[in-house]
Amino acid sequence: MSSPAENRLISAFRFSPAAIISLAIILFWTAIAIIGPWIAPHSPGRIVDFDVFGPMSASFPAGSDYMGRDMLSRIIVGTRYTVGISVTATLIASFVGTFLGLFAAVSGGAVDSVLSRAMDTLISLPSTIFALVIVAGLGSSIPVLIGASAFLYTPGIYRVARAVALTIVVQDFVTAARARGEGKLYIMLREVLPNMLPPVLTDFGVRFVYIMLLISGLGFLGLGVQPPEVDWGTLVYENLAGVGLGAPAAFLPAFCVVSLALAVNLFLDSIGDRAKAGSSEL
Amino acid sequence: MNGKITELILKRIGVMFLTLWLVATLIFIASNLLPGDAATASLGQFATKETVEGLRSALGLDQPPLQRYFSWMAALVQGDAGISLVNKQPVIDQLLGRMSNTLFLAALTTAIAIPVALFIGVTSAIWRGSFYDRLVSGSSVLAMSTPEFMVATLIVFVFAVHLGWLPALANLNAASTLDLMKSLLMPVCVLVFIVVAQMARMIRAALISTLQSSYIEMSTLKGATRNRIVLRHAMPNALAPILNSTALALNSLLSGVVFVEIIFNYPGVARLMVDAVSTRDIPLVQACAMVFCSSYLILVTIADIFAIITNPRLRRGRAH
Repeated sequence: MSSPAENRLISAFRFSPAAIISLAIILFWTAIAIIGPWIAPHSPGRIVDFDVFGPMSASFPAGSDYMGRDMLSRIIVGTRYTVGISVTATLIASFVGTFLGLFAAVSGGAVDSVLSRAMDTLISLPSTIFALVIVAGLGSSIPVLIGASAFLYTPGIYRVARAVALTIVVQDFVTAARARGEGKLYIMLREVLPNMLPPVLTDFGVRFVYIMLLISGLGFLGLGVQPPEVDWGTLVYENLAGVGLGAPAAFLPAFCVVSLALAVNLFLDSIGDRAKAGSSEL
Repeated sequence: MNGKITELILKRIGVMFLTLWLVATLIFIASNLLPGDAATASLGQFATKETVEGLRSALGLDQPPLQRYFSWMAALVQGDAGISLVNKQPVIDQLLGRMSNTLFLAALTTAIAIPVALFIGVTSAIWRGSFYDRLVSGSSVLAMSTPEFMVATLIVFVFAVHLGWLPALANLNAASTLDLMKSLLMPVCVLVFIVVAQMARMIRAALISTLQSSYIEMSTLKGATRNRIVLRHAMPNALAPILNSTALALNSLLSGVVFVEIIFNYPGVARLMVDAVSTRDIPLVQACAMVFCSSYLILVTIADIFAIITNPRLRRGRAH
């Protein structure tokens, strides 16, 4: 029999099988996003199959699309857009949200309440609906998609970051730093930020999934990434007529979204226990 | 004591109106960010300078942005949402018919989703850690990783294409009630699935965080059964957070309805909005967004008011 403390120690150094599989999937899609254009068997824009909505076959492992283009190549090339846009938007939202949350928690008082009120308003915006408004106003382009999703998910990150930072600013070492006369920026970045990294990184994964689902959803509505560039959502939109034929082209890109989203969620769940075990010993 | 509750409720309603105004302002800003305006967008690139200028002044687009904002807001408060750029009809006329359709779909979904989510959320909190609970958590992670459009396209493929049991499109003018029910079954099921996945998880979390209170530990020590602790001790105190999560989870209904209306060709506000976004019909987009944002805000406010009324601790003022 091992004690709970021992168990915690072991789980802190060993990933569960679920964590290893999900990490492998995440790394796989990351690699595809980076090297995609070089490993795609066909040019994504070239018509290579006489059959439209072709089935999976030896020459076309993912079938062909509504024009007879190779789906595997299109999915591989689309990975870069889905993953790239989502990661960039999440990075921006994380930086801005964490910085503002940290700033509010360290400043306190009026700064905190004004910022928090503003973020509470933004958080009450339904994301899909408001993304549609932004796309209507600005048209759909990759910078607009990145900007809109970063804007819509900053308030959620702010909220988490502020809540975490609030538990840290009351600790003795922060009080000591204030007593030493350290500046606000020093306290934010050197004293508080390093201690809030695990929850902030977990939140990064959570928001990445939300943003990827939003971007894919917009793509599905024909309002996301515009052809000739494609992402996974746009690929489903293009091949929607294939649903009635049971064509792989209409379903496979959506399965890609699920595989990556599920891998991130499962990975977060499995390290979540680790983060909790770590924080309980604070 | 009652005066305190009334005060809290009035304050909450005040906050709702303030938020609604801020949201309306954000919608106005977001849809007017582009330097090239609606007149150019609706006439296309081959229009002459004179026609564009004519339409601009007809639409009031030649006025400074701040003035346009105030006149838009003043009209909106009076229920005038402007003129559609595409078919030149008042926006409100197009909205009204569609609104009842979407409301019908949303009400039907909510009526089924809330009891189902409550049942799943509460039972998985009671049997926390059991196989059942792990199954529920696992399914909700899967549901949260699946785009709404995929749920809908898969169900269409299975039940309409492969098995041929149900029509692939919603038809509100179906010949009989049975046909109507058959054509609405899939759209409603997809929405219920999307909403329940979110709601059950949040209800479970709200209940479990209440179960970690010290008075729950006390009743455990006194030997109360698990069911009794959850239903008699935790539930009354968890009612406020549960109501709150129920309302917040309806956020997923707002995005779900967009995909469901598109895939099943349902004549509702969400499809109207997506069509308006493709044609850049800004007044129509603004009006549809206001409909969605305000109904969501009203729902969250109603849940908060219920929470104020039902939770004895809130009567002594909220401790943030």
